[in-house]
Order: sequence, then structure tokens, then C-alpha cells
Amino acid sequence: MSQGRDTVPPAAAWAEQAVRESADDAELPPNGVGTPHLTKEQQVLARIERARRRKPKLREERITMAHGAGGKATHTLIEALFLPAFGNPVLERLEDQAVVGIGGVRLAFTTDSFVVSPLFFPGGNIGDLAVNGTVNDLVVSGARPLYLSAGFILEEGFPVADLERIVKAMAAAARAAGVTIVTGDTKVVQRGKGDGCYINTAGVGVIERDVSLGAAGVKPGDTVLVSGPIGDHGVTILLARGELDIVSDITSDTAALGGLVDSLLDATGAVRCLRDATRGGVATILNEVAKAADVAVVIDERAIPVRPEVRGACEILGIDPLYVACEGRLVAIVDGAGAQTALAAMRAHPTGAGAAIIGTVKDDPPGLVLLKTQFGGTRIVDLLVGDPLPRIC
Amino acid sequence: MCLGIPGQIIEILPGHGDLAVVDVSGVKRNVNIGIIEETLKPGDWVLIHVGFAMARMDEEEARSSLAFLRGLGQAYVDEMDALRDSQLE
Amino acid sequence: MRFVDEFRDPELARTLAGQIVALGEPGRHYKFMEVCGGHTHTIYKHGIEDYLPPSITLVHGPGCPVCVIPMGRVDDAIHIAEQPDVILTSFGDMMRVPGGHGSFLDAAAKGADIRMVYSPLDALKIAKQNPSKRVVFMAIGFETTAPSTALTVLKADADGVANFSIFCNHVTIIPAIKAILDSPDLRLDGFIGPGHVSTVIGCEPYRFIARDFGKPLVVSGFEPLDILQSVYMILKQLAEGRCEVENQYTRAVPWAGNARALQAITRVMELRPYFEWRGLGFISHSALKVTDAFAAYDAERIFEIPGVRVADPKACQCGEVLKGVLKPWECKVFGTACTPETPIGTCMVSSEGACAAYYNFGRFTRERVREAART
Repeated sequence: MSQGRDTVPPAAAWAEQAVRESADDAELPPNGVGTPHLTKEQQVLARIERARRRKPKLREERITMAHGAGGKATHTLIEALFLPAFGNPVLERLEDQAVVGIGGVRLAFTTDSFVVSPLFFPGGNIGDLAVNGTVNDLVVSGARPLYLSAGFILEEGFPVADLERIVKAMAAAARAAGVTIVTGDTKVVQRGKGDGCYINTAGVGVIERDVSLGAAGVKPGDTVLVSGPIGDHGVTILLARGELDIVSDITSDTAALGGLVDSLLDATGAVRCLRDATRGGVATILNEVAKAADVAVVIDERAIPVRPEVRGACEILGIDPLYVACEGRLVAIVDGAGAQTALAAMRAHPTGAGAAIIGTVKDDPPGLVLLKTQFGGTRIVDLLVGDPLPRIC
Repeated sequence: MCLGIPGQIIEILPGHGDLAVVDVSGVKRNVNIGIIEETLKPGDWVLIHVGFAMARMDEEEARSSLAFLRGLGQAYVDEMDALRDSQLE
Repeated sequence: MRFVDEFRDPELARTLAGQIVALGEPGRHYKFMEVCGGHTHTIYKHGIEDYLPPSITLVHGPGCPVCVIPMGRVDDAIHIAEQPDVILTSFGDMMRVPGGHGSFLDAAAKGADIRMVYSPLDALKIAKQNPSKRVVFMAIGFETTAPSTALTVLKADADGVANFSIFCNHVTIIPAIKAILDSPDLRLDGFIGPGHVSTVIGCEPYRFIARDFGKPLVVSGFEPLDILQSVYMILKQLAEGRCEVENQYTRAVPWAGNARALQAITRVMELRPYFEWRGLGFISHSALKVTDAFAAYDAERIFEIPGVRVADPKACQCGEVLKGVLKPWECKVFGTACTPETPIGTCMVSSEGACAAYYNFGRFTRERVREAART
């Protein structure tokens, strides 16, 4: 039924269009007088840099799973669709939370939606994530988290017993984090139109400390720390879905980080930026920081803490732990002079027992994250397009 | 084509001639050992690809590969030393 | 991790690197091709090129079974997925490969039931769990993966799973290497040979490369030390005036290959007279299809597939990159029209494609990256 080898086949329209649209970018800049002479390869790389810094364009007609993964597709969606529509300086900072001033008081405000499947997994359930996730987005601005809202979208037929388990977990997590859930909402959608239970939480906190944390303040010479082993949550979820038939003892690292952040900020004023590593993993955060501060982030593979089982699962599936989601891990960027104090402060706290220094910030090449491999070589850690997918090749 | 990971056999599943539980760094999966000629036993290492064992890993060969590389290193060091010494004369 | 960490030892790497420099003829430039996409991935992931002198260039070959699948075959698979009651199962590598009208991921967004699996056995399980559905497994890969697909079909037959079938896109490595050797514009000094394919086919099939084309080939493992050692072994052959096939990956590759694996393949599959390879054109006897005996498990016979061919855009230079004639950055659309987000060709989409590997891992010039990483 196949066409013969001699017929000339039609071309793919989307590919031809993409080539046409990039024709301008394809022009290599001439080596002008006074500019350093670049090799052909360097010219190509410079052209790519220009193309990368250009305003992102949304090419897809439909939303795909990649748009929810926290990587390049998500960023393009935000920058090409949401930012232009909502445009304001607070949003444009694109931090984990919005910091706004009202009557001389600095408030931190954030929201997060939880659609994890399966709902129940080793180490917790969607309820734990729903509270801890939003609390963490608040505390990384230096805020004291205060109040949460909880909106439920339930699927017709969802067992009430399961909802009870989730809600009890949320109550316990809220108590542990020192927040109260003060308002909420419940909607029910028809069977088949929701994955059992979706939760949205929004949170507000007050910034009483005299700190101004944010990626834009990161400088060359700063030190990068992580509060514990990475990738636990993402691997737990992947294995809990059961399709991969892999059995392990790995549990989610979901935890509220308020106490850890307090210990850290009490111990040292050297902290420039705190981020909660969630979907997209540590690699995504480091890329966001490198881009926002226009610096290079250089990390050492041997220094990155990863549990052996997480490493085993990632090796089998061919995925990189740097891109795997966490739910109770902090990335802290501190002034180099305060690095040891910061490390000691984190390690002294139960949620930071496995903290480690994983790298430094440099000025060149700006906007990039580099990895010194275990083997002693170097490579670039770029943003993924979508979720890290298991591979066989 | 290429992603193959070494794993250790924990047990051969009884009643399933072709299945074994294999451990990779603390993580376990059932692996089909149908194309392995040798009789496998718990403790053996196999190369795993898409849920199948492709080969039994030969520990002796692995050891001798590394020994060769270390020997190369020593030979290189010796040679550099000899070169240095000869220049001093 | 046993058998892994020992082969990532930077100390041993340094001594090997020294030996490699010592073996090179002064003033001579060497080009070695690593055939297998998995090797390309390792090279970039670990930054192996940092250990090689500038006189050695690694050229990336066509051993990427995802990269060589023409867009038309992706469209055929999506067509199958869009039939009523079909669940298409596929390895993760294929999910973002663009066809004429989008990828598996795009098709799933439009409503097709396409699920990712780690093993063909998982696809069989899905078939058993969903008796009212027709479960099709997108079978890709070289000879490394073909035995696994074959054994799964044999199991389906033994267990009477009538709703399971495979869409067979397995390809064979020797014709691909031969296509490289036959191209007039190639100047190669040696080959880093596929490691895991060789656990199945053994090392004998590569003899013609040394004997008839005068190029040494070393079958290599996938850890960084394996690759460095293979480079060392090729250089040693050249220095000593030898030209043969050698096995560096002795801990996993038996010289004679795996008879059982080959038997499984020949029971269930046979060579197609010819098959279209993206970028390389039609190559005879280079791909597998399901034998008549197992026709009941052959998706090509169960479903009417359109079989429409789709041409690569004229600007796409995947073919030349696959043959090692062009480096990724030399392709006119690299990094502009063609990026990992918007891949024009599969060299960019597949994680082991030369372009994706270079874009993700080695984008900046070696010197600048090494400089930055110096502490």
C-alpha cells in the first residue's frame, strides 16, 4: 500500500513554515571591522543566542502535556500568552510568589494547583502537596506564611473516604506549617471530566524580615546550596503510577520548609535567593536564576546529593535527576562569604540534614547552567522542553 | 538501542522460568531472562534493556579491564618519570 | 553503582587521555565515528571531548533508530492510534518525534490513546488488561531491541492474547554502516562500534569494515572510560599498522553474540526487501517485518495504513548530519528554525540525536565552557 520509491512525496507544511519564518535569523552577521574574528562555529552559536533571547512565540494550536511540565514549553506559554495579557511589573518578576506592599506592610501572595496522579503515594497524598507547596512558595520570599485558601474540583463518583483522608492530611500539614485554611470552595464535575480530585491553594504571608530575596539579586561569586537529596518526589510518583513495574522504598520528600528557612535567615544575612524546587527539578530553577540575573551557574555533579535508589531508577529509565521534581527541597543562593554558615544552619535543621554546597555563580557565559561531570568533563544543563521522558536509546 | 544498565539478580521467580527479580541500586524490577544461555543464579549481574536481560556481566572481564587501565596509568607514570630522569643527566 | 562508577573514574580518564595524546602522530588529524546514538549521548553527557586533544574529532553516526524513522511512518502510527478502540504504546523516545502533522504527543492532545511504556512486555500487559481494546506496540530499535519485541510476540502467542500487535520499525545496523562507508564525501580513520547491538549480533559482522574498507573498529561500552579506551585502542591499531575488529566491551559482549536472541528474531521477523531511512534514502535489506507465521500480530496487516511518504523540508540537513558529513552547528537551520522545542528533523528531537545532544549538552565552545567550570 506504500507509495513507490520513485514518486516525489509532499512536504510537511509546519516544517516549511518554520524554515520560512526563521529565514531572517539564519543570516550570519558579517565579521565587521573592529569586531573580534569569530570562527564559523562561534558565529552560529552567537546567532542561536540571539534567537534564544528573542520574544518567545507560541506555535502550538493545542495545549499538550509539555505545557504543564515546568520547562521551556511552560515558560513560552507564560511569556507569550499570560504575561502580555496580564502585564504588570509584579508578575513580570516571575518569582515563586508576588510581593506587594499594602499600607507599609509587605505581603507575599501565591497560588498553586495540584493535579498529581496517583492521589496517594508513598510519603503522602495530594493534600500534603497542596498545603506544603503553597507554604513553600511563600516562605522562600522570607515571608511568615499565614492564611491559605483551598479550592476543590471533585469528580462525580469520587469516594468520600478518600476525600476525608486528603482533607485530614491538609489539616495536619497546615498545623505543622503554622498556617490556617480560612476559606475555600468546592465544585463537582461529571464523571470522566476530572481525575478524582484537583486542588488549588492560594496563600498569603507577611514579610517581616528586612530581606529582599530574588533571582535578580544573584551575583558572580555566590554559592549554590541545596537542602537535601534531589528527585525523591518525582521518582516516587513515576513509580507509584505502576506502569513501569519498578518497586522501591523511595518516598516523596513533601515537607513544609518554613522552619528551615527561618533557621537559615536567622543565621546569616548572606542569602540572596531562595527557591522551592518543584516540577522541572533543580535544573529548571538554576536556569531561571541564570536567566533572571544574567549569570552563569556552575555546579559539580559529585557534590549533588541523590539517593542511591533514585539514581538507580533514573539510570534504568534514562532520565536525569536534575530535572526530576522535588516537593520539600530548597535551592539557596548565598553570598560566597556566608556559604559555610548557611550550610551549617541548614544541616542543623531536620528538613535540611542532607544539605550540600553544589556550585558557584560566575559571570560568563551569562544565562547558562554548566555541569562539571563526575567524569571530569563539562556540559550544559539546559531547560527541557517538557517532562523528562524515559528513553530506551 | 543502547540504554543498558547492569543489575543484580535477587531471585529467579519460581514457576516463571523466564523471569527474575533484578536490583539496580536498591530499585527492583522483574526482568525477562529468556535469551540468556547460561543458567543464572541470585548474585549474578546482567545487562538490562527494556525489561530484558541481554547478557550476563562478566565480573572477571570488568576487573581485568580496569586493571589494564590502571596498568596503563602506571606505565605512563613510569615512562614520564624515566623521561624526566633522563633529561636531568 | 557496580559496573558503572568504576568506569567513570576521572583519575583513569586522565591517564588514558595522556596515552591518547602520546599515540597520536604529530601533525595528523583523526576522525572517528561513533555509530551508535547512545554513544553520542554518553560523549556529551559526561563531557568526554574535554579529554581528547584537538587533533581528534568525533563524528556522529546514524545509529539512532528514532532519528532514522521517516515522517511518513510516524503518520502511519498516528493513523493506527486514531482508529476506534486502539491503544498505541510506545517508548518515550518516540513521543515528540514530528511526523507530517505533528508528534504522538500532539496526537494525544487531539484525543488519541497513546501511552508510554518502558518495555514491550508492559504493552502486552496493557493488552491483557484491556480485552476490548486493540493494543499496538510501536516497535523501534536496532538488533538490541528486536529480540525483546520478538519474545513479546512469542509470549502473546503462547498466552493467546489476540488483541495485541506490533507496528514493526526495527532496523539493522550493518546496512547503515555500509551506507556511511559507501559515501564518497567521508574521510574517517576508524569506528567506535555499537556496544549493545553487539551483545546480540556479536563482533564478526563488522569484519568487512576492516578487511574491505581498511578501517579499524572497536566495539565499545557506554561508560565514559569505555569510550576513551576505545579511542585509545583505535589509535594503537593505527600506530602499529593493524586494521582489525576489537572488543573493548568484553564484560558484556560475547564475540559470537547471542544465539537465542538471534533465533527469537528469525522466528518472528524477516528482512524487508528495502526500507526508507530518513536522511539516508532507501536501503535494501535494512529493516525487519513480521513473518507470515505471526501475521495475526502484525499491525501492518491488521490495519490499513496510508503509507504516505512525507518529504523532509529542503532546508533539513538531517541526512548529512546522520552520515557525519556535517556537524550539528553546520546545518543551516540548527538553533533557529530547528530547536528542541520546535524540531524540524529527528536529529533534534530524539535525546540521542546528534543535534539534540550538541544543543543540550555541548552548545558552547569547548574552551569557554571548560574555562567557566575551572574552579
